[in-house]
Amino acid sequence: MLSLSHVLTLSSLLFAISVVGIFLNRKNLIILLMSIELMLLAVNMNFIAYSTFHADRAGQLFVFFILTVAAAEAAIGLAILVAMFRNTRTIHVDDLDGLKG
Amino acid sequence: MSEMEKLYLIVPLAPLVGAIFAGLFGKLIGRTASHVVTILGVAVAFVASVVVFQDVQAGNSYNGSIYTWATAGDLRLELGFLIDKLTVMMMLVVTFVSLMVHIYTIGYMHADPGYQRFFSYISLFTFSMLMLVMSNNFVQLFFGWEAVGLVSYLLIGFWYTKSTAIYANLKAFLVNRVGDFGFLLGIGLIAAHTGSLDYATVFSKLPELSVKTISLFGDSAWPLLTVVCICLFVGAMGKSAQVPLHVWLPDSMEGPTPISALIHAATMVTAGIFMVTRMSPLFEVSETARAFVLVIGATTALFMGFLGIIQNDIKRVVAYSTLSQLGYMTVALGVSAYSAAVFHLMTHAFFKALLFLAAGSVIIGMHHEQDIRRMGGLWKRMPITWITSLIGSLALIGFPFMAGFFSKDSIIEAVAASHTLGAKYAYACVLIGVFVTAFYSFRMYFLVFHGRERFHAAHAEAHDDHGHGAHGGEVPHESPWVVWLPLVLLAVPSVVIGYLAIGPMLFGDWFGASIVVHEGNNALAHLEAHFTSAFGMAIHGFMTLPFALAMAGVATAAYFYLVKPEIPARIATAFGPVYRLLENKYYFDRFNEIVFAAGSRALGKVFWKAGDQAVIDGLLVNGTAKIIGGFAQIIRYFQTGHLYQYAFTIIIGVVVLLAFWGSRG
Amino acid sequence: MDFVMPDFRLAAPELFVAAMSLVILMVTSFAKSRARSAAFWLCEFTLLAAVFLTLFSGTVDRAQTFSGMYISDLLGGFLKAVVCLSVAVVLQYGRAYMADRKIDSPEYYILVLFAALGMMVLISASHFVSIYLGLELMSLALYALVAIDRDNPRSTEAGMKYFVLGALASGLLLYGMSMLYGATGSLQIHEISQRIYERSANDMVVVFGLVFVLVGIAFKLGVVPFHMWVPDVYHGAPTAVTLLVSSAPKIAAFAMAFRILVLGLFDLAEQWQMMLMLLAVGSIVLGNLAAVAQTNIKRMLAYSGISHMGFMLLGLMSGVVKGEGGTYAVNAYSSAMFYAVAYVMMTLAAFGMVILLSRAGFEAENVDDFKGLNQRSPWFAGMMLIVMFSMAGIPFFVGFFAKLSVLQAVVAAGNVSGQALYYWLAGLAVLMSAVGAYYYLRVVKVMYFDDAVDTSPLTATLGTRTLLSANALSIAAVGLLPNWLMQICAFTLLH
Repeated sequence: MLSLSHVLTLSSLLFAISVVGIFLNRKNLIILLMSIELMLLAVNMNFIAYSTFHADRAGQLFVFFILTVAAAEAAIGLAILVAMFRNTRTIHVDDLDGLKG
Repeated sequence: MSEMEKLYLIVPLAPLVGAIFAGLFGKLIGRTASHVVTILGVAVAFVASVVVFQDVQAGNSYNGSIYTWATAGDLRLELGFLIDKLTVMMMLVVTFVSLMVHIYTIGYMHADPGYQRFFSYISLFTFSMLMLVMSNNFVQLFFGWEAVGLVSYLLIGFWYTKSTAIYANLKAFLVNRVGDFGFLLGIGLIAAHTGSLDYATVFSKLPELSVKTISLFGDSAWPLLTVVCICLFVGAMGKSAQVPLHVWLPDSMEGPTPISALIHAATMVTAGIFMVTRMSPLFEVSETARAFVLVIGATTALFMGFLGIIQNDIKRVVAYSTLSQLGYMTVALGVSAYSAAVFHLMTHAFFKALLFLAAGSVIIGMHHEQDIRRMGGLWKRMPITWITSLIGSLALIGFPFMAGFFSKDSIIEAVAASHTLGAKYAYACVLIGVFVTAFYSFRMYFLVFHGRERFHAAHAEAHDDHGHGAHGGEVPHESPWVVWLPLVLLAVPSVVIGYLAIGPMLFGDWFGASIVVHEGNNALAHLEAHFTSAFGMAIHGFMTLPFALAMAGVATAAYFYLVKPEIPARIATAFGPVYRLLENKYYFDRFNEIVFAAGSRALGKVFWKAGDQAVIDGLLVNGTAKIIGGFAQIIRYFQTGHLYQYAFTIIIGVVVLLAFWGSRG
Repeated sequence: MDFVMPDFRLAAPELFVAAMSLVILMVTSFAKSRARSAAFWLCEFTLLAAVFLTLFSGTVDRAQTFSGMYISDLLGGFLKAVVCLSVAVVLQYGRAYMADRKIDSPEYYILVLFAALGMMVLISASHFVSIYLGLELMSLALYALVAIDRDNPRSTEAGMKYFVLGALASGLLLYGMSMLYGATGSLQIHEISQRIYERSANDMVVVFGLVFVLVGIAFKLGVVPFHMWVPDVYHGAPTAVTLLVSSAPKIAAFAMAFRILVLGLFDLAEQWQMMLMLLAVGSIVLGNLAAVAQTNIKRMLAYSGISHMGFMLLGLMSGVVKGEGGTYAVNAYSSAMFYAVAYVMMTLAAFGMVILLSRAGFEAENVDDFKGLNQRSPWFAGMMLIVMFSMAGIPFFVGFFAKLSVLQAVVAAGNVSGQALYYWLAGLAVLMSAVGAYYYLRVVKVMYFDDAVDTSPLTATLGTRTLLSANALSIAAVGLLPNWLMQICAFTLLH
């Protein structure tokens, strides 16, 4: 039988993976966007688990909002990515250092 | 609003109106109108001050707020006036000296393109200074404090095309920030512990304040008032140029001479002295703070005097002399002789403004030559400047019957009678200081006004160097009347004010409740016992040790700079280095000179080079700037521009917060 | 469960702006050649009408609607008015700038309006869902705006950085919200507050949730160590967008911080207070030190903004002593609020000056571009002088009073608690302000004491000139008469 803590552990693992993916990945910006998606999914899992635990529907409702916003966020992220690629012809995270100091 | 309240308002506002007119519409209304309107403003302020003086003399005083600016929490920030005898004395000094300087400026700055701007600034300064002295609360005090500082920076950098002026300007700014930091901290502590910024309210809470302690480092409990007083005094150290925050004042001589007289001698630099006097109820509680004040003051009084000996720039000599005299005032504060400090402040304002303006007159006469080694024998050419300078110098060295005598002698006597910690050291400093003061004052006086005329050679050289000889053949001449009139008008109080005022100001309880001195600390009480009349004191003055020391100083200066230069006539035919050669010769020749001239000169140089330049300039001022710049570079280095590094910083932040509070929660 | 019709009137300003943004979207799709100016004027109308609505439609008493998701109170009303007004000012300042660079497409105006709507929702949100939606509406619009100069590599790079870090921050915020939800079983701020109070235990999960939520707030405020995006985004974005990013969102973030921390998590005050202190000290120190080395004025203002936000947090955290609020708490919160409003006034004018000096094909983004401004335009040199003096905290400008009231709140907290730590904090803040004065006054120095490199006349329109002058003069005016604003802050907080 799965307990609350199992689900929470899974979601925190997913969250950790996504966080690590954001700052360890120096290659591809698309992987960055995927990490962000993963992070939101980890959060969703948390909400659903707690929602079931408290027998409260608000948590699940929040998940729908997060999913929707995540879609919009991905759209904007990809749009900026495309615009950036047109300027610099690269999507390497390492090459993103024109602004510093 | 009563009639008197209106009058109080007129005093600061009249110069402000003048400043605004000259500043905003200077170009429109022209030069003459600019100086007329500003002088009129200051003259109105002076006359109003005289009326207020008569009113206060009749026994009236005033303490009230005119306007509430803001309330922050329970704290009320108000605009208000405290008019008592201390205030009214400062008002008279400020407006009178300012008026003189305004008139003088007409002649001094007549060829300057920034004529209107200059008048606007000095009037603005007068307004700010008046706000400072008339304040009845800390906020307005701080406003005036910052405003006079601001105008001072503006004026030091007045000739902003000169890189030295900009540097001096920056230095003054930086050093004063250090002082302001302490000052603000002091005010903050007062506000925090009394919930009020009003002088009267704060003083009324003195009994409960004096038993409070605060812990600064770990558990050590400090008496609150000691911390407050030292913080406030750090502010005074910046503004009144006490060691080690004095470094900005000599450099401030880059500004035009009239402001050196007004701001950096007579008024602004004495704001610190005034402030401590105003806070005398607080300082009286803390012996530690007073000992601190005393030691700082004594050090400034003596060692800044030494530096005066080796300077060759006429204005710098006077500047170091100002530092030394401010030291004397601070010493007086340290021994609870507040009224003596203020008394010296007043006499000093007159004779030092006189000396500065006279120096300016010499500079005009010499066509902007400031090196005293290239002057000499000017007494024939500039008789009025000569006589007034002599009066100023005599007043400065404390020649009996002159203004400076009464004030300085009172300070020395008060130090002798005091039991404050460090009083012995201070007594030694002020005594030696008398000799040093006389020596450098008369060194300058003799080099400028007596001895051989060395400016012909200097001008010939200038002619060769710069290729313009418009003034080359001319000899120095007396300045126009707008320049010498203020000299004469300032010479009068430099002679008589001490004689007239010492009785009431020091011993007649004239200040009344404005100054609080606790019974046990009252160093002036000993003097009072001996004091019969000003005349008696002056006659007695001829027989005291300070007089002998001063005369020794004058004699030494005369010997070195008048008598001896005639002997090595061959060397004297050369121009610039003559002085240095002469001195080097003495240096090896005779023991006396090793002790007095070269010895003190070397000492001065050591303090100047090692103390002033290496430690304070190099380490503290420039060092701080370098450290800050270094930190800035390090931070920039961490802003790499890499996204993953930014994200990593965020995660580090999260982890630190989690680790710190997660483990406790 | 019965469906309750929400009271739409309470949310009238948001609904109006939302409706108008859709209208503008339609209008600009059909008005071909006039689309830009139509968008501009309609946006200005919408924002000013929203100011009017927030000020005159709201109720004096606190009221909730949309099942406790939306709260209508004086605090929100006032802050929303400030936000709308400042966004309206941003549009006017940036109009010519955007047009000169041919990036003033109608989308620009609509995105700005959406961002403003997001801020309004965020300010009035009292439920995690509405907070999240407001925040994302604001953020997504801002990401797109930063990258709107899409042919400029700097602009897209800034947009990308802002987006990735912003998404990370909102991920962290959501994770924190999920933890708080897990610990309390509610998403509504007042219910959360109530449940934490009843349990009266500092559960581990609650503290963890608090940390993550705080990070989300701190990121939007741009305080150390969540500040790394600030200089790069301010630098890379078109100046008109920087103007927007640096101003109104700070007000919204302040409201969010106040609602979540003070209203929602007050029982954890002892924890968040120390956290805020840490962030504030870091920001004040780092912001002021880093700004010294900057030659680019946009970056310099970015670092200065970091330090200003640190100052504001200092005010916010002094409202609680040992987990207890007191009468002085209102002073502390209102000092923080005053600081936020004052900062928006100053930053608008500062970036407004940068825009004023820019023209087609030229970005006046270096401190050196201000050289000799006094010779080119004494009036605007004077205006910049006011702004810089105010930011440096020189009396009697609004910045001075803002700093003063925050310091007073800190010292008051020190007095009540008897901890010397607060005095040291105040001392450090003053010391760092002195460092800060250096770089602000450097700008003044180059304006007045250096010779102009660029002597071309200023090209700004009369409207921008007038508005910018009014903006700078209001800094001086509020500095002289700060009382009314302070009283508004205190009054709206009390209700």
